[in-house]
Amino acid sequence: MSRRPFTRRRFLATTAAASAAVIGAPYIRTSHAAGRLAIGFWDHWVPGANDTLTAICQEWAKKEAVDLKIDYITSQGNKIMMTATAESQAQSGHDVLQMLAWYPQSLAKSLEPVDDVMSGLIKQNGKTAPAVEYLGKAGGHWLGVPAVTGTQVKPPCARIDLLKQHCGIDVQAMYPAGKPPTKESDNWNWDNFVVAAEKAFKAGNPFGLGLGQTTDSVDWVGALFASYGAQFADAKGNVTVKSDAMKQVLEYAQRLVKALPPDVFAWDDASNNRYLISGQGSLIFNPPSAWAVAKRDNIKVAEQCWTFEMPKGPKGRFAPFLPFFLGTWKFSKNKSAAKSLLAHLNQRPNVEKLVNASGGYDIPSFESMRNFKVWEEVAPPKGTVYHYPPRDTQQVWMAGFPAPANIAQQMYVQAINTKMIARCTQGGESIDKAIAWAASELEGYART
Amino acid sequence: MANGVAAEAAAPLPATRRRSTRRRFVRRKSWIAFLMALPLIALIGALVVYPAFYSLYLAMLNKGMEHFVGLGNFSFLFRRDLFWMVVKQSVIFAVSAVIFKALIGFVVAHFVHNIPAKGQRKWRGMLLVPWVIPPAMSTLAWFWLFDPSYSAFNWVLSRIGLHGVPWLGDPLWARFSVILVNVWYGAPFFLIMYLAALKSVPEQLYEAAAIDGANWWQKIWYVTLPMMRNIIAITVLFSLIVTFANFDIVRILTNGGPIDQTHVFATWAFQLGIEGGDLPLGACVSLFMFPILGVAAYFILRDINRRGNEA
Repeated sequence: MSRRPFTRRRFLATTAAASAAVIGAPYIRTSHAAGRLAIGFWDHWVPGANDTLTAICQEWAKKEAVDLKIDYITSQGNKIMMTATAESQAQSGHDVLQMLAWYPQSLAKSLEPVDDVMSGLIKQNGKTAPAVEYLGKAGGHWLGVPAVTGTQVKPPCARIDLLKQHCGIDVQAMYPAGKPPTKESDNWNWDNFVVAAEKAFKAGNPFGLGLGQTTDSVDWVGALFASYGAQFADAKGNVTVKSDAMKQVLEYAQRLVKALPPDVFAWDDASNNRYLISGQGSLIFNPPSAWAVAKRDNIKVAEQCWTFEMPKGPKGRFAPFLPFFLGTWKFSKNKSAAKSLLAHLNQRPNVEKLVNASGGYDIPSFESMRNFKVWEEVAPPKGTVYHYPPRDTQQVWMAGFPAPANIAQQMYVQAINTKMIARCTQGGESIDKAIAWAASELEGYART
Repeated sequence: MANGVAAEAAAPLPATRRRSTRRRFVRRKSWIAFLMALPLIALIGALVVYPAFYSLYLAMLNKGMEHFVGLGNFSFLFRRDLFWMVVKQSVIFAVSAVIFKALIGFVVAHFVHNIPAKGQRKWRGMLLVPWVIPPAMSTLAWFWLFDPSYSAFNWVLSRIGLHGVPWLGDPLWARFSVILVNVWYGAPFFLIMYLAALKSVPEQLYEAAAIDGANWWQKIWYVTLPMMRNIIAITVLFSLIVTFANFDIVRILTNGGPIDQTHVFATWAFQLGIEGGDLPLGACVSLFMFPILGVAAYFILRDINRRGNEA
């Protein structure tokens, strides 16, 4: 059996015939005619939440004939932050990437404006919270669309029994399930809060409020400062830290710190959760993740948890807010598909599915979408997270606001607010010295 | 004449001559060595040299990375108190950790060296475990031991009637904790290097010293240490470089806190550059490790070289 050798002449003849066949063939619309789209989403900690997001995206991809690839990127070890920075530097990577609060601003040069998507969504769903606009817009353009998954607020999550027993506070009476806050909630202010904290401390069940350098600590301290009107820098970037309001809030913090566990300066985002779940802590500032883990690991604690509004200060009631955004890169080869998906994800039925899948953890950035049934129904006890989404008189607040993003981002990641408290409490410095230190730091952050 | 040479050069070489040229080329060992090392050189070029120059370039841009500012970022850092605090802390962290690693490694290497050969392998294997586990994983275990609220160490202290220690919450204890974990992780490297050096010291030298009436201490001082000097210097240099550049231990245990009192160059550079969105300043901070380590490397290697020449 002889085999015909594959000569150079035969190779040329074969490739020429194949090329002719390819060129001459009619264009066939494939199932992925609208191209490819690669997306990097934040890896949700709630089991099953990613599956719902995948299902919504794949349903859209099928309808639009897009070949969709989804990666879930963890925020553990700041991997999602590093991915955003690396893709912006390399000008290559996903078409759409979920990013943390400050990133639409700091990576503005690499992001495609999404004004067209946002104008449609605002028309449909009404306005977003001011903090969302502050973070998502740069140079008058929207650079990120608010992401539903991961966006959170961090109001008090307290033990019903311990607050009643040690502090004489009935949180369910102030914030009843399925109803607006009662008149009693007017007394839920920072002055009464510190008195309650002292009583709980004496009783051996202190409030667990972190004063470390991670987001949970920076966020709640940001809300505390806002409710006293204490600012670090104004919208123009002028340093405004030397103020009476700042002195007042630091004096308050000095009193509050004495009623907290002594190691709060080393707490990270998991420490307060563990403190509540263990049964030792009587109140923390957190999304309902601590309650959800308690439901799995220590049901007796979960049954006594109640989430409600932040205490009020002289300037109002502010909820610590940490949003995520979805941005599409300028280098993306399929921007039209990317924008279509971003709009699709913010349609009310999809937002509701996502919020349901997270057990009410995710907070929609559009204020009109904070009335889903899930917050009424989640249990035990029924209505435990009814007051979790900010409504009524509570404003969402991003620590660092209203300073320009380039200064505010440094303030946030360097945890200037918790460090100031640490300096004038644990560090033994005077309030004036702590303020002078912050002023010097802020001048450094303002460098262009 | 010239035309004749050109014609000769252009003419095809006969087969035997071509073969001998190839042989001559192959015999030139330096060329072969270079070609064989080329893949590694390319790899180092892509993964070490290029990033190094790129970070130098980044360090000379403004915060928005729009224009060149020369040494502006460096002079900015020199004016920050926090920068000098990080320099001080990095030096304290690296120098104290290396001293303790060297001391512990030296002592334990002697113990292991004196174990009969039969059981020595088991001990060597066990003592290497801290160095073999990825540091990010082992540091997490340490974090749980130091946990602010549920520290296993504090539990033990409370069982014997003592107060708990704020391992990561108090600046001094936090510094102690990060150094302790670094020593725990790095001491086995010194141990194994010193053990290898100890095994290469000729037994006759100790016998001669014994005949001269040398005691235990004199044997160490006059025989062991001089014979191990080069390996000690190289190990210290290598460990100093790695410890200065440490990131994971500080990042996981304290994230630089409390009040920035445990930041080292790498963690502060990461916080400024990646988390804070100021890549030029982050690159600038990380480059400060280079001159400090460069000076240390110069003196240590010069010493080794001198001793080599004396020998």
